[in-house]
Amino acid sequence: MTILEAILLTIVTASTPLLIAALGELVTERSGVLNLGVEGMMAMGAACSFAAAVTFDSTLLGVAAGIVAGALMSALFALVVLGFAANQVGSGLALTIFGLGLSGLIGAPFVGARRDPVPPIDVPILSDIPYIGRLFFEQDLFVYASFALTIIIAVYLMRTRSGLTLRSIGENHTSANALGLPVLKVRFLAILFGGACAGLAGAYLALVYTRFWSPGMTAGRGWIALALVVFAAWRPGWLLIGAYIFGAATVLQLHAQAAQFGLPSQVLSAVPYVATIVALLLLSIRHGRAIGAPGSLGSPFVPDR
Amino acid sequence: MRFELMPRTTVSPVARALASVVAFITAFLIAGFVIWLMGRSPVAAFDVYVLQPLSDPWALQELLVKATPLILIAIGLSYCFRASLWNIGAEGQYVMGAVLGSWLALKTHGTDAGIWVLPLMMLLGIIGGALYGLIPAFLKTRFGVNEILTSLMLVYVAQLTLDYLARGPWRDPKGFNFPQSVTFDPAATLPPIMEAGRVHYGFLFALVAVAVTSVILGRTLFGYRLKLTGDAPRAARFAGFNSKATVMAVFAISGGLAGLAGIAEVSGQIGQIQPSISPGYGFTAITVAFLGRLNPIGILIAALVVALTFIGGESAQILLKLPLDLTQAFQGILLLCVLAADALVSYRIRLVTRGGAK
Repeated sequence: MTILEAILLTIVTASTPLLIAALGELVTERSGVLNLGVEGMMAMGAACSFAAAVTFDSTLLGVAAGIVAGALMSALFALVVLGFAANQVGSGLALTIFGLGLSGLIGAPFVGARRDPVPPIDVPILSDIPYIGRLFFEQDLFVYASFALTIIIAVYLMRTRSGLTLRSIGENHTSANALGLPVLKVRFLAILFGGACAGLAGAYLALVYTRFWSPGMTAGRGWIALALVVFAAWRPGWLLIGAYIFGAATVLQLHAQAAQFGLPSQVLSAVPYVATIVALLLLSIRHGRAIGAPGSLGSPFVPDR
Repeated sequence: MRFELMPRTTVSPVARALASVVAFITAFLIAGFVIWLMGRSPVAAFDVYVLQPLSDPWALQELLVKATPLILIAIGLSYCFRASLWNIGAEGQYVMGAVLGSWLALKTHGTDAGIWVLPLMMLLGIIGGALYGLIPAFLKTRFGVNEILTSLMLVYVAQLTLDYLARGPWRDPKGFNFPQSVTFDPAATLPPIMEAGRVHYGFLFALVAVAVTSVILGRTLFGYRLKLTGDAPRAARFAGFNSKATVMAVFAISGGLAGLAGIAEVSGQIGQIQPSISPGYGFTAITVAFLGRLNPIGILIAALVVALTFIGGESAQILLKLPLDLTQAFQGILLLCVLAADALVSYRIRLVTRGGAK
């Protein structure tokens, strides 16, 4: 394996959690709900998956625990924003604060433990394609799942009746309700899906990316996933591209730190965050206001009667 | 059988205050349950978290010290939140205020610079925080970039800047390689209000901020404009209120107050620059602002209550071996409860039985 191949391989690993978390948030936001709790749900996914994987010595159980933890966190969020029609921005923030704290409690006994790498799955024939073969077809299951998820969500949103329902609820919940569409039920499921994805992304971070757990290990990835959804104009295809651009920025930044250009490491560590701001800025300059945002995004729904 | 929310037409201020109390009690019960799940005694935890700090004069002073940054930041945030602007980067503005103010303290270190150092440091703190807060405001008004994500991303940048300074150019060469600056001169140290006390002048700044904000929000056109911009942006535009100027103004105010909190903490409490100068005051202040109903007096009370969880958290870590993360988890749950309690205030909850009113 050449150095270039190794770098490209780590880009895939760095991009996958961003992509998975952002895909979940995209579905949630398309239903009209803004969940700023991605960072907290991801942290919980990471802590719970790692705790379960170490305790039961099973990656599979770990992944399941991560998904369940993310979904449970999002259910709490759903209770507050759907059940009580509470402010979504504030509730999402609260979820992040809560998740970062609780994940610290759960993960504390597991600091210092390590997991073995998850073996990659070799797709026969395809992995022999020069250059891109090993990059995309000799990866762990999560990577394939993230690609599959992108396609499934794109098809679901754009080509199915249920996806159309979800989008119309996100576009205008008052009209959707007048048409008899189950606004709160669809939103609840969309929030749960978003939480499960964030939990899965967290599990990936803890079980594949770092293979250990440390407090605050999500390091703003949940927030970057949120920015990616805006960046992708709420379209799954663009999300895939965006996630890989950001994954690449993260990895190159790490390699630049190792190469010691004489720049302080903190400057390079700031790259993903500054890049997020610049990306949002460029997008706004090109298109004026954020394009593609669902019409009802962020506003609470209370049936009028 | 299910519940339904019915909008209320009038809401009394008493009901609003009561909702915060209900939220606080609910959060406490949830936290107690979590502690019980962890196999510890909730009663012992309540004693350490609440009763001991309140019965110890030293801890009472500590309460005011911890509440100081929370009050200053939350008062600033209340301007933003009233106008429905989401500045969630107060933590970064706090750090940048501390950095700019400390620059002067380190620049004049070892010289016999007079009493002008301290006021200038505070001013620089305000300017540093305000300028940093104006970045997301400018990006929003000029280019339409969402302020939530930009203000948050800038927190990471600010923390990395502080980390760089504390480990690099500002490190004390005689400090045995510890990542910290020299200890500030007495001329650059915010003195305690009472001799030999712990509470420094930052608390006085906080009280002034509360008083001034009460007047501004309640008695001036600017305060009314904020409320209108938040509640009815279209009406505010028709009334000729310039919403862009309002955005810049509230971000400058909240950034400035966060910056003042930062430099007051470093100068009055920590006494030097370190890689980390906040246990998350900037984020906790969001909880404080909502718990206080975005009302200055409410924020003052809420900050004292939440500061208790910081002190309680520290002693619980020592006495009960309960991790500090529990405090953060509690603050998150508290904010969720406060926001949910809003529903009890704004809506009447009606029980609908199956086959009933549809």
